[in-house]
Amino acid sequence: MLNILYFASFREMLGTANEELPATYQTVNCLINELAARGDSWRQALLDNQNLQIAVNHDVASRDTMIKAGDEIAFFPPVTGG
Amino acid sequence: MTSYPHIKIQSEDFDLTTEVAKLRQGHKDIGAVVSFVGTVRDINEGDEVSVLELEHYPGMTEKALEKIRLEAHERWALESSVIIHRIGKMYPCDQIVLVAVSSRHRENAFYAAHFIMDYLKTNAPFWKKETLPDGNERWVDARISDKEAEQRWAS
Repeated sequence: MLNILYFASFREMLGTANEELPATYQTVNCLINELAARGDSWRQALLDNQNLQIAVNHDVASRDTMIKAGDEIAFFPPVTGG
Repeated sequence: MTSYPHIKIQSEDFDLTTEVAKLRQGHKDIGAVVSFVGTVRDINEGDEVSVLELEHYPGMTEKALEKIRLEAHERWALESSVIIHRIGKMYPCDQIVLVAVSSRHRENAFYAAHFIMDYLKTNAPFWKKETLPDGNERWVDARISDKEAEQRWAS
């Protein structure tokens, strides 16, 4: 399984903080395409968003990053700490 | 979860004097300590702010901050360093973040503290949500100026 996390405005917009999905996607991009098909807010947050931030297993990742069973994949907007 | 003794993510406040004393403990060769404390402003984007709430990504936050801290130690000759970032609800004038570094000579400590803060702003997974006096909430947008501040350290 893949553990998928959503933070900050994404969590609110998508109405979920985390979910598990079968590990049937080769890359982050494949996963995004699948998620984006769920509806407008998913598409806006993940597919049409130039500022999308991605992490795989707590490291900064990109759409091309390969993923496998057991990975933790997080989607979030640009960070604003400090 | 891996523990990083020089990184603290906490909801409670911190005390600068106590933290600097810990930073200096056991280091007799320190000649300089530089610390930065970030605090909550009561105004942002022209609006009054009543509450600031900090969300983070547990696990990634610690890892990202430790990476930044270690990079500072690689770039400059430092003796010790600590990063504390608060999470949860805060109010105007509250302390949010502490970065403190020590070195033999002042220049390294000044540069390193500045570098750590600039990188923290753009690389550590924290998000701020403001509540305005009328009760409306909004997520704070990332600033282009913060990205530019990070880029000045590109080598």
